Amino acid sequence: MAGGGRRSGGDAGRGSGGARPSGRRWSDRLVDKVKRLEADLDAARAPGKPAGPGKAPAGGRARASRGPSGDPLLEARRRWQEGFDAAPPAGPDREKPVTVSLRPMPPLCDPTDLAGKDHLADIGWPGEFPYTRGIHRSGYRSKLWTMRQFAGFGTAKDTNERYKFLLANGQTGLSVAFDLPTLMGYDSDHPSSEGEVGMCGVAISSIEDMDLLFRDIPLDRVSTSMTINGPAAILLALYVAVAEERGIPSEKLRGTLQNDILKEFIAQKEFIFPPKPSMKLVVDTIEFGVRRMPQWNSVSISGYHIREAGSTAAQELAFTIADGFGYVEAAMERGIDVDAFAPRLSFFWNAHLDFFEEIAKYRAARRIWARHMRDRYRAKDPRSWLMRFHTQTAGVSLTAQQPENNIVRTAIEALAGILGGTQSLHTNSMDETLALPSEKAVKIALRTQQVLAHEHGVASVQDPLGGSWLLEKLTDDLEREAEEYFRRIRDQGGVLACVEKGFQQREIARSAYDYQRALERGDRVVVGVNRFVEEGERIEIPLLKIGKEAEREQRRRLKRLRSTRDGAAARGALDAVRRDAKADRNLMPGLVAAVRARATLGEIVEVLKGVYGVHEETPEF
Amino acid sequence: MTERRIRVLICKPGLDGHDRGAKVVAASLRDAGMEVVYTGLRQTPEMVVETAIQEDVDAVGLSLHSAAHMTIFPRVLKLLRKRKADHILLTGGGIIPDEDRRELEEMGVGRLFGPGATSEEIVQYITAEVGRRRAAARAGA
Repeated sequence: MAGGGRRSGGDAGRGSGGARPSGRRWSDRLVDKVKRLEADLDAARAPGKPAGPGKAPAGGRARASRGPSGDPLLEARRRWQEGFDAAPPAGPDREKPVTVSLRPMPPLCDPTDLAGKDHLADIGWPGEFPYTRGIHRSGYRSKLWTMRQFAGFGTAKDTNERYKFLLANGQTGLSVAFDLPTLMGYDSDHPSSEGEVGMCGVAISSIEDMDLLFRDIPLDRVSTSMTINGPAAILLALYVAVAEERGIPSEKLRGTLQNDILKEFIAQKEFIFPPKPSMKLVVDTIEFGVRRMPQWNSVSISGYHIREAGSTAAQELAFTIADGFGYVEAAMERGIDVDAFAPRLSFFWNAHLDFFEEIAKYRAARRIWARHMRDRYRAKDPRSWLMRFHTQTAGVSLTAQQPENNIVRTAIEALAGILGGTQSLHTNSMDETLALPSEKAVKIALRTQQVLAHEHGVASVQDPLGGSWLLEKLTDDLEREAEEYFRRIRDQGGVLACVEKGFQQREIARSAYDYQRALERGDRVVVGVNRFVEEGERIEIPLLKIGKEAEREQRRRLKRLRSTRDGAAARGALDAVRRDAKADRNLMPGLVAAVRARATLGEIVEVLKGVYGVHEETPEF
Repeated sequence: MTERRIRVLICKPGLDGHDRGAKVVAASLRDAGMEVVYTGLRQTPEMVVETAIQEDVDAVGLSLHSAAHMTIFPRVLKLLRKRKADHILLTGGGIIPDEDRRELEEMGVGRLFGPGATSEEIVQYITAEVGRRRAAARAGA
């Protein structure tokens, strides 16, 4: 059979996978047969519409599903439905089950749900347009997903030790969590940083911190993801500068900069500059990537935080991909060829509780992106159509109560990510509602991925749920809901205008509130929280405690840096950054020079705030 | 006698921007009939206390997920005392380990709500505690 039903290797480059009339292969014949069957079903379900070709009943009207239709499938469906409706639900959450997105779930799907579906054009094959079933023909055959645990706390030295621990335990990529002062562009010794240094991530203020963070780690051989947005361009400059000082050219660096400022305005709220200059900085990094970092993902367009902020799966899908369109349009406006940068855009999705809805979301995401990139933005390189993505299990699904249960939740969420075809995965640790993860907890989380990868057989078959009536229906529904949001966003003047008006923010806040109410009504069960509660439970798992030593150490390091560096050189480099910003030039080369001159993150951000101003959100709830 | 509606100030102090909890709690308190002022993000302790006094609130709720709670709660409490405004209930929630919670409660911070708390619990607590403080103030006056 090999080759018989396959299509030639270059096919993905030629666009649509529509069935071709020539060469009537078995797959084409099968598709035709399915189409005929579906057309019949469609006609049977829609009274008044003419039935499919060659099957129109003489009277011209097919029967609806009620009453004897003569169609055994519809008859069977009706019989089943009667039996189902007669069964009493076991509880309020069983009556009309909803997902965590409050999507009502159909109690059963059958072939009638896929009537009229064009299997080749909509579902297709892995590695072929529209990539519903995956971006690679080979799935996980040649390469499993990258196991990438997000980590960072305390000083660069503390985190460097955690990285070495993770790499020694089989982790295959690094992922840097920065502390809040770094995320907000403050040095560790700034008054606003007090109490926050090293608490939620690692504190990085200068090239010396960055160098220490990656001590003994070969930057030309490891791939590094950096979760940073407001000051992302500066952190990228720091990474490039550390590599340069070790003799490694930027062309050799592999990894990902999150750099998704739109979702900061929408959800996570770690913004610094107003939306327009923030977008300019993103485009600067995209352009720098095109010129100097061919293996680097310049933006990781992130739904994760949108979902954590309380959105539904459809909102996560829609707002995130709309952000992606925003970056594509902004880079094209600067005159960068879409095929030069689009292959280096990547995505980052949440893996939430509802198994099927999540898998459908990943499948819909790939299809939407491919279609828009090819047909709307006219990208010609098939690599521009591919949605490559990272997945992280849902932090908000973890419970503080009975925290060991989180291991189970995380494993099943991770499974959804794998069956959805993720390229890399972070599994949360069981103790993350209480603190940053302990070494033991993070090891269990990593082992969860290894068990899934090697013991359960879940990585052997590509898109194993493809063709499931439920999955295909959910994939279609989610795509349709996302397209509806795209239309609403376009009608309101585009993604940046919507962000400035707070459209997405309000939609998400409403979903978060609706969910909380559903939870409190008992429509959703959370084990250990509103059911199966252990009265008087005392949570006893060892937590990672971060003291104030990190802050003191960082202050000492910064004081030393400021007193030993060439002050005139640092000031000169900062002036050059200011001039570049005022002249609207690409800031990246100047930023690399500035951090090499030992200018600090906070000093650079201050300069840029002077030119661009700061963003303040209008508070509403 | 009709008592004035309970007024609550909800704040996100510190650098963290994760405002889902703050917004859901603000909306829940409003729906329970309280007057809610939401400050938005990145408030310093000084700003929090200034707003609390100016808005004449009965309670201040701080939402913190960034592990800066051991710095921020004590500072707000101290400033409230310094400004003779410690009749205002200081409460809040977020990611706060039990041990820290006990320490803060011993200092005089009100109850702190963790993940899984319901809006009903929060409404009941604020209603009861503000009621108690109002009664004590009347008795003292």
